[in-house]
Amino acid sequence: MEALQVPRGNPGPASFYTARVRSPVSANVSSNADSTPQIGTSRVKRGMAEMLKGGVIMDVVNSEQAKIAEDAGAVAVMALERVPADIRKDGGVARMSDPDIIDGIIEAVSIPVMAKARIGHFVEAQVLQSLGVDYVHESEVLTPADEKLHIDKWQFTVPFVCGSTNLGEALRRIGEGAAMIRSKGEAGTGNVVEATRHMRQMLGDIRRIQGLGDEELFNTAKELGAPYELVREVHDTGKLPVVIFTAGGLATPADAAMMMQLGAEGVFVGSGIFKSGDPAKRANAIVQATLHYDNPDVIAKVSRGLGEAMVGINIDTLPESERYAGRGR
Amino acid sequence: MTAAAAADAPLIGVLALQGDVREHEHVLQSCGVRTSRVRTPDQLAAVDALVIPGGESTTMSKLAVDFGLIDPLRDAQESGMPMYGSCAGMIMLADRLEGGRPDQQTIGGIDMLVRRNAFGRQVDSFEADLAMPALDGPPVHAVFIRAPWVESVGDGVEVLGHVESGPAAGRIVAVRHGRVLATSFHPELTGDHRIHEYFVAMVRDAG
Repeated sequence: MEALQVPRGNPGPASFYTARVRSPVSANVSSNADSTPQIGTSRVKRGMAEMLKGGVIMDVVNSEQAKIAEDAGAVAVMALERVPADIRKDGGVARMSDPDIIDGIIEAVSIPVMAKARIGHFVEAQVLQSLGVDYVHESEVLTPADEKLHIDKWQFTVPFVCGSTNLGEALRRIGEGAAMIRSKGEAGTGNVVEATRHMRQMLGDIRRIQGLGDEELFNTAKELGAPYELVREVHDTGKLPVVIFTAGGLATPADAAMMMQLGAEGVFVGSGIFKSGDPAKRANAIVQATLHYDNPDVIAKVSRGLGEAMVGINIDTLPESERYAGRGR
Repeated sequence: MTAAAAADAPLIGVLALQGDVREHEHVLQSCGVRTSRVRTPDQLAAVDALVIPGGESTTMSKLAVDFGLIDPLRDAQESGMPMYGSCAGMIMLADRLEGGRPDQQTIGGIDMLVRRNAFGRQVDSFEADLAMPALDGPPVHAVFIRAPWVESVGDGVEVLGHVESGPAAGRIVAVRHGRVLATSFHPELTGDHRIHEYFVAMVRDAG
């Protein structure tokens, strides 16, 4: 295992420590004894996601929304230019937020701040790292900047979360350095059906691989288009090597609880909160339902009197070109 | 998963409002104790001791208040229940807090001032070795994630570890006050079980 300096082109914040960049294969190996503090390791990147488990991460477009999210008990906020429902409505190219807006959000709240970068747009990610965001979301909800390649996430000190629809996609993202995975779902629709499909697919794929013989794993890696070492790890441990959240179309406390019962370790809510009638109350209700996801009495209680949910879109009526989940496989 | 703990082994709860609950459970189970998740006052009443995991302390605190758990937690602590908190758990066990939300409540129990997010943002999160003379063996490999540190401690608080190098050298990151233990870092993420073993010994002594 080699300790490298932060590579060229990485304008990370003037940090105190030496960054250590690791290959996917060595990511789970303990580091050597050393009292020199090391930043940007796989363990601190993946560990950050572990600390978010059981929580709700909320999309916000400005500092006022960020405060409402923090007050409601969000474990983190996700800064983006427009919520997915508005991206669908208004069209055009969706990009990283204005740095002034991100600064304002970082200033306004004390919880972690994530921010979205376009798929493959490594310079947006460099900018977000230099602003001091706590997690970069390389997101299909924004307009992709590269039709073929994702960001080489090993080059960064800041950790990344990426969306996936199946295990092969999740392991490719982890192979590229993602430290957290979320189901893609279909953002901005208020319709949970695609998130359900992707969670069931990923968790089903994991169960299937667990049951395979050692000799089958090479071919499975080929079929999945995923690194063999990661397929092997999933086979041995029965889980992804990183935390898996759900996202994409969640609008109600019951949606969040259903995803948790399916096996998600936490929840992203995008348009579902700030496109609803009473965002503060709905945000709080989703936080409470995510905690007590296995207690229908609590979910019933928090689901009362929330006002109107976002309107929602039937996926069947959505033309292929407006489906985000197919971006960046 | 290790072999089942003996039926008379202590039952250690893990506060399961949010955070890395499973990692603490796994380490505790490998230390030969029974574990259970605590989300309600009834579940709290059933355990011999409590671990408060890493996570987002503002969320944990709010949920403890929303679901009527904060007072039972304080009562349990005052009646002598051993508690151990890592990172957010350290914040929850601080008598005084800097850098929290204005309405953020803690359980308290350790006479100390804790500074939340003291080391900086996630890009400053780090891992490093540090000496903990209270434990046998080599230095502890400590993982700090948007971690707090201890600004100051009162009489009766035993300092168990400091950051050894870098700009935060000298900062207090592990403390014990009677039956309450706290670390800024996350031993549950490294596979080194000595801090949990130390806590289990505290629990057995208290029983």
